[in-house]
Amino acid sequence: MSQSIVDVVDLKMHFPVKRGFFRRKVGEVKAIDGVSFSINPGETLGLVGESGCGKTTVGRCITRLYRPSEGQIIFEGSDISHMSEHKIRQHRKRMSLVFQDPYSALNPRMHAKDIVGETLKTHKLVSGKKEYEERIAELFIMSGLSPDMMDRYPHEFSGGQRQRLSIARSLACDPTLIVCDEPISALDVSMQAQILNLLQELQEKKPNLSYLFISHDLLAVQYISHRVAVMYLGRIVEMSNSVELYANTLHPYSQALLSAQPVPDPVVEETRSRIILTGDVPTPLNPPNGCTFHTRCPRAKPECSATVPALVDVGNDHFVACHCL
Amino acid sequence: MGNLLEVNGLTTEFRTERGVVRAVNNISYHLNEGEILGIVGESGCGKSVSQLSIMQLIPSPPGKVVAGEVLFEGQDLLKYTKNSKEMCQVRGNKISMVFQEPMTSLNPAMTINKQMSEVLIEHKGVSKREAREVCIDMLGQVGVADPKRRADDFPHHMSGGMRQRVMVAMAMLCNPRLIIADEATTALDATIQAQLLELMYGIVNKYNTALVMVTHNLGVVARYANRINVMYAGRIVETGTVKEIWAKPMHPYTEGLLKCVPRLGEKLVAIKGMPPSLIGKPDTCPFLPRCKDRQQCCFENPLPKPTLVDGQHYTSCMVRLEGMA
Repeated sequence: MSQSIVDVVDLKMHFPVKRGFFRRKVGEVKAIDGVSFSINPGETLGLVGESGCGKTTVGRCITRLYRPSEGQIIFEGSDISHMSEHKIRQHRKRMSLVFQDPYSALNPRMHAKDIVGETLKTHKLVSGKKEYEERIAELFIMSGLSPDMMDRYPHEFSGGQRQRLSIARSLACDPTLIVCDEPISALDVSMQAQILNLLQELQEKKPNLSYLFISHDLLAVQYISHRVAVMYLGRIVEMSNSVELYANTLHPYSQALLSAQPVPDPVVEETRSRIILTGDVPTPLNPPNGCTFHTRCPRAKPECSATVPALVDVGNDHFVACHCL
Repeated sequence: MGNLLEVNGLTTEFRTERGVVRAVNNISYHLNEGEILGIVGESGCGKSVSQLSIMQLIPSPPGKVVAGEVLFEGQDLLKYTKNSKEMCQVRGNKISMVFQEPMTSLNPAMTINKQMSEVLIEHKGVSKREAREVCIDMLGQVGVADPKRRADDFPHHMSGGMRQRVMVAMAMLCNPRLIIADEATTALDATIQAQLLELMYGIVNKYNTALVMVTHNLGVVARYANRINVMYAGRIVETGTVKEIWAKPMHPYTEGLLKCVPRLGEKLVAIKGMPPSLIGKPDTCPFLPRCKDRQQCCFENPLPKPTLVDGQHYTSCMVRLEGMA
């Protein structure tokens, strides 16, 4: 346990909903409702789920952009879940984020080199201008950009290049954990492949670099992740290594999600049957009792609406939260 | 016969400050009755613009269809002016469109019933009461629960998936011969996307309506389409049945596109470089700067028209065609 980069224990994040003139609290959005997992050094954990399932909130809690309501986040041995802003700074340089939208994630008024180098200055990791520029050139090359582009502004880069710039920025302080929040969703197919390959190459070069890869694209997650966790309405419903999860999917939601993803091969598609779920995802403001998936589950039993299923080990490093196994 | 739609030499240009952008460059294709055609390509390749040109929905200025003919049921749609009686009788009646953003394509200030009825009253000249009945029936057919009550809802009362169902219902109201789905399911979550695709597939099969699916998701095309057009930089570079193209892609871009999709245990092969700018392009193959199989002849000759390979499979790659001969 102690060797892992991050241990998340029973993490909860509830956002208050305020209404009216006095901004009284009228309810809570349970964005994350009891999530536990850990990431080992050099490992990529994929987090998949549909919009609103809380996957982004998990990423933001781990980097402490949000202060979690309950639970612990143990990052490199120290509990950062309720640490003060001042103290957390020294841990922040060991983790970084890559965001979904490469257009809004970069300050349009800053030079590319300063976007990448800002954290170096903040954490006083370089001394002098020469070292600063050398380090940035190194980061540019690592991320597949030419150092000639250092003096450009973000609008002079294409979408794929901007995402590379984002990655260069996240690498600046030599982090041990990068939270990639939908890093490829806003890109074209051919650019997605380039970015996925880049992330993988970086991990090969730095064996201790871990990723939390958040995405709704199951194929991309399968490709890049060592382990995958499937989330539904604020809870992890299934978690396993990526080979096992895709070959032996056990939770009915994961099965439906996997079958909803069209396989880009007409021969496979012809013979494949699909599970089509009915209805929409319930609102996290008022989630269903018991197993949150029971309202759409094809296998729901009476007990599913009564008690929350626990995430149990079914062997072979495979965890499932379902009453129907 | 059987040809519902025939597009010949369609060219659309946009005037910009930096020069004339030829978004669609001399494309020709046809569509049979009841056929499902997929149009795939990356953003900016002209797939949406080509469809908007057919419907005469290109904002002008700056856009203009400068050449070509669009034969729909034997009549050239481009001969009619944008707001002519003839064009209005086709648009929304014989050809209808489903757009990507269900929020922005529905009027937020009108109830669902009112905006759906508008279509029927305009095209079929029915009374309000009759129109309401047809609308409710159609909403039921696209799987909106309790259609009588939901008909009086406003768009913001509905989830994204529901709104897109309303869009599909609206497109189906006049029993059109052709539906153009422009990235209709891209904005939706995986499980909702699967629901909607199955629904559209069922409906077009039931009424023998032709469907054009504009998408960048190769998986969707592989499952549902009969034939596909691969577009790159405003041109159709390859066309054929789904099976022909997957079994034996005959254009390096298509090959690259197919390899860009992650598969387990295979290294992703990314297409190097970026799509070109469409301003002042030479007549040579637009994929030339990124192509790995380019030869001397590619630099010297303009891009040929798509040439028959076999069956319904056409390609515009000179190198591949020479390899066959």
